[in-house]
Amino acid sequence: MADFKKFDNHFGILGWLGGGRWGVERYLYIIHRVAGLGLLLFFLLHIFESSLRIFGPETWNGAMETLKHPFFKVGEFFIVIGFAFHALNGIRLILIEWGLAVGKAEEPVYPYRSSLNTQRPLMVIAMILSAVFIIAGGFNIFFVG
Amino acid sequence: MEKEEKKTNITFYIRRFDPAKDEEPREQQYNLQVEKGMTVLDGLHRIKETQDPTLAFRFSCRMGVCGSCGMLINGRPTLACNTQILDVTQNVLTVAPLPNFSIIRDLVPDLVPMFEVHQRIQPYIKRSDRKEMEDPSGEFFQSQHQLEKFLQFTYCIKCGACMAACPTMATDRQYLGPMPITQIYRYCVDSRDDGRKERMDIVAASHGAYNCHYAGECSNVCPKGVDPARAIQLMKKELVREYFNLVGKEPCAKVWHLPENAERKPKIQAPARTVGK
Amino acid sequence: MRETAYWIWFVIAGLVIFVLGGLHMAVVHLSGIVGIFNPAGAEAVAWENVAFRSHSTFFMIAYILLLAAVLYHGFYGLRTIVFELGIGKACQRSLTVALWIVGVVLFIVGAYAAIAAKTLGAAL
Repeated sequence: MADFKKFDNHFGILGWLGGGRWGVERYLYIIHRVAGLGLLLFFLLHIFESSLRIFGPETWNGAMETLKHPFFKVGEFFIVIGFAFHALNGIRLILIEWGLAVGKAEEPVYPYRSSLNTQRPLMVIAMILSAVFIIAGGFNIFFVG
Repeated sequence: MEKEEKKTNITFYIRRFDPAKDEEPREQQYNLQVEKGMTVLDGLHRIKETQDPTLAFRFSCRMGVCGSCGMLINGRPTLACNTQILDVTQNVLTVAPLPNFSIIRDLVPDLVPMFEVHQRIQPYIKRSDRKEMEDPSGEFFQSQHQLEKFLQFTYCIKCGACMAACPTMATDRQYLGPMPITQIYRYCVDSRDDGRKERMDIVAASHGAYNCHYAGECSNVCPKGVDPARAIQLMKKELVREYFNLVGKEPCAKVWHLPENAERKPKIQAPARTVGK
Repeated sequence: MRETAYWIWFVIAGLVIFVLGGLHMAVVHLSGIVGIFNPAGAEAVAWENVAFRSHSTFFMIAYILLLAAVLYHGFYGLRTIVFELGIGKACQRSLTVALWIVGVVLFIVGAYAAIAAKTLGAAL
């Protein structure tokens, strides 16, 4: 093929974020990804933070005093949000990606119904459950803990 | 009763790119009187005929069959010939070339990378008995149930709308893309096909089916209702079954021969080979 | 088939995290509501509660399993995301090796802490 100048029209990383007229699963996709990265970063710190218990009660209680700060309280709440969402959306994704929730091939008849419609009830259930977990976790962190 | 022609004034914002002059695409504005029933492709034709003959776009059948006129219309990748202007807007319409491809000129995307992948997956029935494939002595058995397993995915017209909508395609140039993976699945579950192993090696590699995270965009935009997202998930199901050795050794469809004394008219013959001799 | 194996174990690790991580979240972050494995009250990170869990064999095994599952699941996810940025083949291979090494080192650190907290329990 002849060589001529072309303009590279790939969206780049902004294409992950999507925008205005995308479906709701597109947003779940990007939130899942961001939550996953956040949880991984937290977990790497958490390994060292929770390993402090081998140095005995004084070190441990000192570290826990620091973590009483409101900044860490809010951070803890974010971890609960991230975990609840990532876990329940992840279960939904496993069911979908192992082919259990997308239905069988069907004759396309206009207006088209796709596998997105097949898995939608599952998506709603997962989101409601994660909302319940987030509310319970928030109550526990700010009013009990 | 007098027939009333109601016309609406629509402002078109069309993304233009001339490789000889422009470094970057630019937006150009056109005004057009649009009546009911006019498709975006009709509008582009009207603009080309009456306002700007330099406007370039790709089209062929203008009835949603050939898949040439895939474009980004008001931010949604779809076929220009399948979209009625007044269905999507009452005042402003933006038309841009399909993203996640290179622009050759104006609204013409470079679909070559997509078709290179499509060629790589060998989108045709493969048989281990090559002689039978090239000079068939009869027909292959296939039940209605076996047909329905993949029929939906054969309606694909390779317009590239799913590739333009896919978030993985936005960054990953080595990713196969929704369309080729759908076609791999289509041939993998075809009872007449023998090439399952080879195609599975392509789709199970890095930048294959596992880089689909079910954002679901491809199925949202598919103008033919092919549902690539479903095909990719079913493909992963096949891969999981393969990994755990759950796939039964189903022999592929046998050749069906005519009863003795019967003669087929005209005799079936494979078309002459044009490439890869 | 290597990618298939990586991915299937990634999913299985996710299921392990769902069970064990869910338990961990219920113990630590729903302490006032569920109130399990916290003999010294709702303050889940109080030393008495932490010591109680550290000394139990069940929690030691659960923590080590959870550690391995999260490291694998997280690093595979990170690897997928970085691969999708469109890096070269050589970069991909070195990233895979680097993540394996970092993962194994972190696993050793965390597993040592879990075992040490259990065995030191008698002394403290």
